[in-house]
Amino acid sequence: MADPATVADRARSNGGGAAELNGHGGLRRRLAPLAAVAGAGRPFARVGRRLLAAAQDAATEVTGAAASRVGQRLRADLDDRDPDWLRERLPLLWLLATIWFRGEVRNLGNIPEKGAVLLVGNHSGGNVTPDTFIFTLAFSTYFGIERKFHQLAHNLVVTLPVSGALVRRGGTVAASHENARRALEAGAALLVYPGGDWEVHRPTWESAKVDFGGRRGFIRLALDQDVPIVPVVSIGGQETALFLSRGDRLARALRLDRLLRLKVLPVSVVVPWGLNVGDFLGHVPLPAKITTEVLPPIDLREQFGAEPDPDEVYETITEQMQETLDALDAERRFPLIG
Amino acid sequence: MRLNESVTISAPPELVWDQITDASSYLHFMSGVTRWEVEGSERRLDLGSRVRMLIRVGSAEVGGLIEIVECQPERELAWSSVMGVDQRGRWRLRETGDGRTRVELRFAYGVAGSGIPGWIAELVASPSLGSSLRKSLHQLKRQVEHERLRTEAARRRAEREPAEI
Repeated sequence: MADPATVADRARSNGGGAAELNGHGGLRRRLAPLAAVAGAGRPFARVGRRLLAAAQDAATEVTGAAASRVGQRLRADLDDRDPDWLRERLPLLWLLATIWFRGEVRNLGNIPEKGAVLLVGNHSGGNVTPDTFIFTLAFSTYFGIERKFHQLAHNLVVTLPVSGALVRRGGTVAASHENARRALEAGAALLVYPGGDWEVHRPTWESAKVDFGGRRGFIRLALDQDVPIVPVVSIGGQETALFLSRGDRLARALRLDRLLRLKVLPVSVVVPWGLNVGDFLGHVPLPAKITTEVLPPIDLREQFGAEPDPDEVYETITEQMQETLDALDAERRFPLIG
Repeated sequence: MRLNESVTISAPPELVWDQITDASSYLHFMSGVTRWEVEGSERRLDLGSRVRMLIRVGSAEVGGLIEIVECQPERELAWSSVMGVDQRGRWRLRETGDGRTRVELRFAYGVAGSGIPGWIAELVASPSLGSSLRKSLHQLKRQVEHERLRTEAARRRAEREPAEI
């Protein structure tokens, strides 16, 4: 899950992602030095150029087809959400939420009964995020699966072959400003996690800390679409494994931020892998009690004036969420047990 | 999954009927119910009345929109789900002959098409739902019997007052 604007910004700043794949310009640029080398040897110049052109065409075709498929998944098709499929999965979600996580979602009545709304949550649990599916279950049973509900997720989550298809049927779409806009324009409730990968991989001892990493894209989104923001605060997800470090310096040292758009390379101790670097395969979450509290809706223009200052809004919302998280933390007597 | 609970209330059926058709009383006596809103301005449940209801079961508030599908005054009141989790329910009132009423509450629920997980979830939820139904019936009994005592006391008071004057 991720903040829509920041993901789009990151994609642009990395020169990359789907945009680069679609344009194929990056591939040609990367092959250009090879072309220069091939052209340098006069006797082999013509052959080299022909081989290179053929390789470029083949690569372009392959990456073009892949990009087309990935592009289709990144551009949200809101019809991918299948309410009947979701309805039939509710008992399984309920079993997991009730028995494994003893999940509790409070004050769902704070969410406006009808219309588009931007739900802004703090994010926990590494690449396996129990707070998201517990909230999805609670929202779907409270308002009914007929109410449109989407969640923004990292591109990787929605493009994976099997699990990607499943989460898309459940209403998850790739995080981008465009997808968020389309979901809200369709009148849906949209759940975003501005902290994204930065927050979800924070160390376990920072479990009770809201850390959006300064990402403010959700404020612009709410203002552009003129929808209320409803903060959603969860605790317990960061106790489902022993998260040791985000590994952001390691990710930079290995240039993963440039190559794979990975800002973090989390290090954790998990079941069943033991020491786990990257969490690419996910893990079995420990049965920590997950408690979620929904706060009253915030109409930005009503509360902050016609032209709200994003910094003031950001500080107010994160402070309010932090106070709630502190209160939820104070309720917990033991790790895992809650 | 089908649950069935019953209780005998020391009051005639009409008093019990008054309670179970009073839409505003459900939040008072139905255990675990977190929402009970009748569509429109009706206060009394009748054939065709629609109610948006939720009951807390485990990690979720489950329910949806239900509709009263059978209404025989002082005998039967049945509902069925229109939206949300599949459910059917029925109040059966029967006079026992000694001025008391036997009240039976039947409740069937499930999610069609959910397969084995759905069947397990129904089993896991049944103790909690059964307990809620039992508590609800005992709260209904307390409420109706209290109401009967209050009505009788008011009647006795009314009978005494003219004589005192």
